[in-house]
Amino acid sequence: MDSYEIVVIGGGPAGLAAAIEARKNGVENILVIERDKELGGILQQCIHNGFGLHVFKEELTGPQYSERFIKELKKMGIEYKLDTMVLHIDEDRNIEAINTKDGLIQIKTEAIVLAMGCRERPRGAITIPGTRPAGIFTAGTAQRFINMEGYQVGKKVVILGSGDIGLIMARRMTLEGAKVEAVVELMPYSGGLTRNIVQCLDDFDIPLLLSHTIVDIKGRDRLEGVVVAKVDENRRPIPGSEVEYECDTLLLSVGLIPENELSNEANIEIDPITNGPIVNESMETSVSGIFACGNVVHVHDLVDNVTRESRKAGKCAAKFVKDELKEDSHTVRTIPGEGVRYIVPQEIRVENVDEDITLFMRVTDIFKDAKLVLENGDKTIKEIKKIQFAPGEMEEIKINASELKDGEIGDLKVSIQKGGK
Amino acid sequence: MYDVAIIGAGITGTFIARELSRYELDTVILEKDNDISSGATKANTGIVHAGYDAKPNTKMAYFNVKGNPMFDKICEELDVPFKRNGSLVVGFSGEDMETIEELYERGVKNGVPKLEIIDREKIKKLEPNIGKDVVGALYAPTAGIISPWELAIALAENAMDNGAELYLNNEVKDIESTDSGYRIKTNEREIKAKYVINCAGVYADEISQMVGDSSFKITPRSGQYYLLDKAAGEMINTVIFQCPRKFGKGIVVSPTAHGNIIVGPDNEVVPNKDATQTTGYRLSMIRETAQKSLEEIPFNKNITNFTGVRAEPDTGDFIIEESKVAKGFINVGGIKSPGLTSSPAIAEYVTGMVKDISGGLEEKEDFNPKRKKVIRFAELSNEEKTELIKKDPSYGRIICRCETITEGEIVDCINRNAGATTVDGVKRRTRAGFGRCQGGFCMPRVMEILARELNRDVTDIVKDGTDSYILTGETKEIENGEE
Repeated sequence: MDSYEIVVIGGGPAGLAAAIEARKNGVENILVIERDKELGGILQQCIHNGFGLHVFKEELTGPQYSERFIKELKKMGIEYKLDTMVLHIDEDRNIEAINTKDGLIQIKTEAIVLAMGCRERPRGAITIPGTRPAGIFTAGTAQRFINMEGYQVGKKVVILGSGDIGLIMARRMTLEGAKVEAVVELMPYSGGLTRNIVQCLDDFDIPLLLSHTIVDIKGRDRLEGVVVAKVDENRRPIPGSEVEYECDTLLLSVGLIPENELSNEANIEIDPITNGPIVNESMETSVSGIFACGNVVHVHDLVDNVTRESRKAGKCAAKFVKDELKEDSHTVRTIPGEGVRYIVPQEIRVENVDEDITLFMRVTDIFKDAKLVLENGDKTIKEIKKIQFAPGEMEEIKINASELKDGEIGDLKVSIQKGGK
Repeated sequence: MYDVAIIGAGITGTFIARELSRYELDTVILEKDNDISSGATKANTGIVHAGYDAKPNTKMAYFNVKGNPMFDKICEELDVPFKRNGSLVVGFSGEDMETIEELYERGVKNGVPKLEIIDREKIKKLEPNIGKDVVGALYAPTAGIISPWELAIALAENAMDNGAELYLNNEVKDIESTDSGYRIKTNEREIKAKYVINCAGVYADEISQMVGDSSFKITPRSGQYYLLDKAAGEMINTVIFQCPRKFGKGIVVSPTAHGNIIVGPDNEVVPNKDATQTTGYRLSMIRETAQKSLEEIPFNKNITNFTGVRAEPDTGDFIIEESKVAKGFINVGGIKSPGLTSSPAIAEYVTGMVKDISGGLEEKEDFNPKRKKVIRFAELSNEEKTELIKKDPSYGRIICRCETITEGEIVDCINRNAGATTVDGVKRRTRAGFGRCQGGFCMPRVMEILARELNRDVTDIVKDGTDSYILTGETKEIENGEE
């Protein structure tokens, strides 16, 4: 049995930032467990730029961004195991992992930071009818083949879903010489960042078909075509609107799901909206001493936000180990109101908030000329006005500790209200 | 010159090959597709039926009831997961319960043991999540669940271990009668055999016509399915059928041998024998109908949909006989449900036919009924895992995260007789890629292992069929050598 003060599960951007921050806060005995052959996580296959604008105030590629953390981690001498898979964890913070070198590993630790990230929704999750030929990839799998393994996956492409990975891959496939026929989006708006629509589609004249979906897949061995149809306001295909696109490749960018199989094993409470653990101000889950950060908690669109959130998780895990977190503080909940899908964290133990706390949230729909309002009972604490709010862009509201500790604060509600800029 | 040529490597063909491999016979299996079990065998509900469904005095009833108890031994010998979890036919009305009474009577006539009609209270004990409108059920404790393609693969492997040969991607194009038997031409080769056993599934009528026998016709009927994630698997225990009515047999909700939930199939005549596509309206119908049995089926945990095409014989029963116009040519056709359940008994029977036709068979002294055990890493104890990784470190590398499948298991399934050569082949044998991410993470790794073990280029590794290429080349490959 090996023992550590903190074990971080996952060596992507979330795990790296958490481990580094825990060390900076005085914890010596830390282990990072990574299932892939190298540290860095999915960022290693994101060779496009646009990372780090907030954290480093410069534009980096994915591998460059992760390299900064990997270097720091190594410099600090934080222990890590690669090609190692955690099989089980439990509420008492026992961990079972395996790799080829150590075999089956049993670990006991004082605190765990969950940083397993997320996975892509496959075809079955959205039940696209048709045949089952080769040539249908989730966008991330195609990205791995192209950017890491050095193989091209197709020549004539349709992309379903306009999330960020789908948009990025539209550009990437084009640069590799493929023809991207269209990006098909079920919703009347894109799920991706505006800058990605401009830089990845508009700049390459790739059509974005909003309010459309794929209703049939053709081809026996390899994909031969897809049938695209318009959808009505209830997202049902409109008969007669079908158009067939000849293609050998279909990329799916239809959503990400936090990977919480381990969290379930430890009986951690999961938020049915985020599909990630319910966390408090310290990024601690419903199980004491188990923390979580990054895409395993909720799917982010900017890695910079993952880093911020994970630094907090690492710092608080360190506090936990040093017994500095207050368990019995006055606790308030964050409540998503009208137009808000979810808020992370879901709970705030007021006394653990040092200077300020940032609430991350997503809206349910496109809202024009609206404002995000944070209320405590009848009292408005904060307002953020915008020309447009979109589900694809994460919103945040920062609250100062003083505002929370002010008297008898109750549950905090955030909602979308009329009257923006 | 082979003694026996078997056409088709589905459950019937592989079972017969394995039974024949007990004897001093040169047997060859010809399969048109790129792997064992590429037709109906890989796309059915995977149920070992009790035997109350088929009409008394039919071949279906006979072989079903005879085949059912044979599964325990064969699955133990071949190390194939099999569970006798029982089945329910649930009724929603008094009229349904009358039909269920008839099914009970029929089952008793067919010789099905332990049948029982049970009330809602007893159903609730077996199935706490049963739908609110279910009033009673026929309970058949002898029904079971199995992974049909794993059984077919195991049978083919064991047959080959005992000397049988297998040619994949050999589609039979023509059969000629000769003085000593038959000459079979495939797209690739010509082989001669004294006896031919036609196990060609939906194509059995076409194969039979090649020797001038048009005594039966096969109509393709398709059934579509949902397969739900293991996370949903614990909500039911038994195979839950709905009471058959005038307008259909209802939809089955069943656990699978590996703990998923399968929902389906519907039943429609389709124009083509390879019509394995799914269709939106039929899937919606299946979903709605299934929710009568259990309201809370978590369809949001769906991981894949598929269609199986079954061989519907115009004779209304299995066709298992020597052709009247072609001596030594045995038709095993129309093996639709309960074909899987019947397959062990059919194989035994057909072996008897070969014995009779040939004037006797000599048993092999060294026949080995056992298949080399399959290591299923996730099911081992911690001590066994530790020992195994020490002996072979490749069992310490998890390739498929969702199903916890190790590199060692994948290498093993490639390097056996009738081994995997494709991504789906690995999936069918080990479950790598069978989980909730459907191969999103492990496919590149599985391809790498296949390429290494088979000594091929990664770009030559296909998904399933020979033309189901996955990669189109290296990135920035320059066409025609021009920049």
